[in-house]
Amino acid sequence: MLAQHLPVLVAVVPLVAAPLIVVARSGFLGWVTALLVAAATTAMSAALLAQATASGTISYAIGSWPPPWGIEYRVDAANALVALLVSAVALVVVPYARRSVSAEVGQDRQYLFYALLMLCLAGLLGMALTGDAFNLFVFLEISSLSTYVLIALGRHRRALLAAYQYLVLGTTGATFYVIGVGLLYLATGTLNFADMAVRLADVRDARPLAAGLAFITAGIGLKLALFPLHAWLPNAYACAPSAVSAFVAATATKVSIYVLMRVYFSVFGVDAVFRDLPTGAILAVLSVAAMFAASAAAIVQPDLKRLLAFSSVGQVGYITLGISLGSAPGLAAAMAHVVNHGITKGALFLLAGAMALRLGGTGMDRVAGLARTMPVTAFAFVVGGLSLIGVPGTAGFASKWALVSAAIEAGRWWIAGAVLLSSLLAVAYVWRFVECAYFREPPAGAPDRDEAPADMTGPALALTAAVVAAGLFASPVLEASTRAAAALMGFAR
Amino acid sequence: MTGGELALAALAVPLAGVAFAAALHRNPDWREAATFATAGMLFFLVVSLAPAVLAGERPSVVLFEMLPGLPVALAVEPLGWLFAAVASSLWVVSTAYSVGYLRANGEGRQSRFFACFAGAIFAAVGIAFAGNLLTLFLFYEILTLVTYPLVTHHGTDEARRAGRVYLGVLVGTSIVFLLPAVIATAALAGTLDFRPGGILGGRVDATAAGVLLALFMFGIGKAALMPFHRWLPAAMVAPTPVSALLHAVAVVKAGVFCVVKVIVYVFGTETLAALGGAAWLTAVAAFTLVAASAVALRADNLKRRLAYSTVSQLAYVTMAASLLTPAAVMGAALHLVAHAFGKITLFFAAGSIYTAAHKTEVSQLDGIGRAMPWTMGAFAVGALSMIGLPPLAGFVSKWYILTGAMGARDWLVVGTLAASTLLNAAYFLPIVYRAFFVADTAGGGHGHEAPAPMVVAQAVTAAACVALFLFPGLAIALAKALT
Repeated sequence: MLAQHLPVLVAVVPLVAAPLIVVARSGFLGWVTALLVAAATTAMSAALLAQATASGTISYAIGSWPPPWGIEYRVDAANALVALLVSAVALVVVPYARRSVSAEVGQDRQYLFYALLMLCLAGLLGMALTGDAFNLFVFLEISSLSTYVLIALGRHRRALLAAYQYLVLGTTGATFYVIGVGLLYLATGTLNFADMAVRLADVRDARPLAAGLAFITAGIGLKLALFPLHAWLPNAYACAPSAVSAFVAATATKVSIYVLMRVYFSVFGVDAVFRDLPTGAILAVLSVAAMFAASAAAIVQPDLKRLLAFSSVGQVGYITLGISLGSAPGLAAAMAHVVNHGITKGALFLLAGAMALRLGGTGMDRVAGLARTMPVTAFAFVVGGLSLIGVPGTAGFASKWALVSAAIEAGRWWIAGAVLLSSLLAVAYVWRFVECAYFREPPAGAPDRDEAPADMTGPALALTAAVVAAGLFASPVLEASTRAAAALMGFAR
Repeated sequence: MTGGELALAALAVPLAGVAFAAALHRNPDWREAATFATAGMLFFLVVSLAPAVLAGERPSVVLFEMLPGLPVALAVEPLGWLFAAVASSLWVVSTAYSVGYLRANGEGRQSRFFACFAGAIFAAVGIAFAGNLLTLFLFYEILTLVTYPLVTHHGTDEARRAGRVYLGVLVGTSIVFLLPAVIATAALAGTLDFRPGGILGGRVDATAAGVLLALFMFGIGKAALMPFHRWLPAAMVAPTPVSALLHAVAVVKAGVFCVVKVIVYVFGTETLAALGGAAWLTAVAAFTLVAASAVALRADNLKRRLAYSTVSQLAYVTMAASLLTPAAVMGAALHLVAHAFGKITLFFAAGSIYTAAHKTEVSQLDGIGRAMPWTMGAFAVGALSMIGLPPLAGFVSKWYILTGAMGARDWLVVGTLAASTLLNAAYFLPIVYRAFFVADTAGGGHGHEAPAPMVVAQAVTAAACVALFLFPGLAIALAKALT
């Protein structure tokens, strides 16, 4: 009975939890609620993924209004995977957040933190699972607005500026998305993705469609930090509370990437996007620019969290590069990197948060000699860094392998070369940390050995272990990604 | 135990060594006893694999599936067994040497040293027994990363700079050249297994084979083919036991081992010959061989001279393999063994000189043979083996390489070999001459012989150079099984 409502419950449970937390006005109760909700959404997402893998697409009509008139929730191997990633990251971040948030957010505002985190989770899960273009916009705004406030909770005044900057650009992005959807609605008369996909084939005038596609690409491109629309991201990630950085970095851009995949491959279809329009070439050029420019910028950042943020912009480039190939293997590689980079960056930001707790910040000068003061954290950070480089045995290697294979299969050797050459920039920015942590002396007066408490290092190390596990046993993620790509491309049928 | 389980145990034992070294951090005596025990255990396991390998069996085991359809798997074949046997036997000897060296020089971070050392052997065994290219690549990268803390052991600015070169060249070449070569091989051949006769036959044309071969050869940076050789002299900043076991044996031999393995088991010598051969590779290796010798000739720093000598000797192996004839491939395999024993002896001696007399430059060695007769005696044996004189191991491998070159009627190679023999003599013999026949004019004396464990270690490896000449049967039988 309950099982058939799973597609909508995944998003509704955190949505309902948020006001409950506000009513309770207790940081501790908020934390407990968030933990339970994260566990529940993880279990439900896993169940949905298993169901979608076993028996194909699940369609859920809200209020029993049949699609395309009512809002449809449409779960397949692609968005169930994204939902699982989002919920699982939340499940790791919430236990960690208890102490991290106590240290970084004022006592009287902690319950608000958990309420906003639940709203953000609901928004992201809703974006992932809905099959309706306008409903997606609503959840996009829910997740965005909550993210702006979460970032503003950062302990420095700069966090307000970062949040404001993100607010301006994020709202622009969302507006562009809704304009694009409006154009598509004018042309097709429907907001249901599946219905839209069918009706688009009959639309004679291609120009409004191209305009709609362009608006959606630019709008979602802003949200996923497609180079050069990434200006908001470094400040937002660097200034947000540590737990927020970890959660947002691992999930928010990833869900936006999924939306772009859905619009490109499911709604418009490969031919309309990549054959009739130069989308692939534009996306490929921007992606390669991100891989080189943002990774190079990461090398010179004075702060570890900013370094990770620029690295994220570069790594998103690998994902969009996979999309730009316009092929099933390319899309699968992109999806694999969504998962693998999500857990990698999540782990790294959690570790950076542990450093921030003990060192009072993550400036490069503060992490000097970290191998002496926090050896476990430092080593785990190096492991996460190896995954950013794509060293075999880490998650990053598996997706890089898939991406290079897909590029070779498509006959695009220069793309394969660009992927591998830009990895060298990752070596440079990761090794900047290594040299700082292992070759420099700790600042004067630093304690001898002072790891962060277990409730923070535990989740961080668990996610780091997942990075290694996903690298050594890469087949499950790669196979799930291949199924996701097939589901995205075979949407309308 | 079955052969596959033995191979798996051989991989697990050095990994246990890492754990022991870390766990016994506070008790150096037990830590070193544990290292000895693991090294001895590993050698025993490798030796017990010998009968099966000699009988033509290929003990193998599939560990787990890493990428779809591409497992991490072990398979023991003759060349891999030879490499594992060299690395594991010399691990025992160099453990003794390391204990003497680290204690006599008061080196810090000894637990990290022993842990990373065991980790490097773990990776070397993984490379030796790799059953497919993916497994090989995995352990190849592990070897680079686990030796980085050893290269930068002293933590000085100089060590940090050397570490950048080391990592930059090795990781850079492996990501930019080797990885696309592996992925392209998987795409073209549909498998990454090592098979006699290769897996690319009939699946590539001459152009693609040429590009792929270039990606492989320059991607295997550990083979130090010019222009990607700079990491090797840079790594000399490490403590001498590291230079000895890793940068004369495990790491560099892993490089040329991969070269031979790729040529024999991925391309297949006959396939490659049919596709137009590897003449450019022969030329690049010949150039590396002569150019590195020329640099060695001018180097006054002893370890730097040995490093460039290694670059040159590695090129012997690559050059021999690139000839693609059975005798030359045998020569390549034998040279892998012969050079390991000769060069580790030379590095051991260099470390002994540094430890006992605090000398690092060739020009400081006048008359040192009288103060350190054992050390310089071992050095002389190693040097003569490098030159390729009987009754030493170097003669055997050079014999086969020359036979192969003459069989192929490749007079460039024959000429290069002759020239390099002269160059070898020119940069090694003056050291021996200075040590024994030139009086110490600078004054101050040279002190005394190095600590006993170090002397024993270099005596053992020098004796092994002789033994390999007198009893080359096992090595030749295995090398023959390769072709």
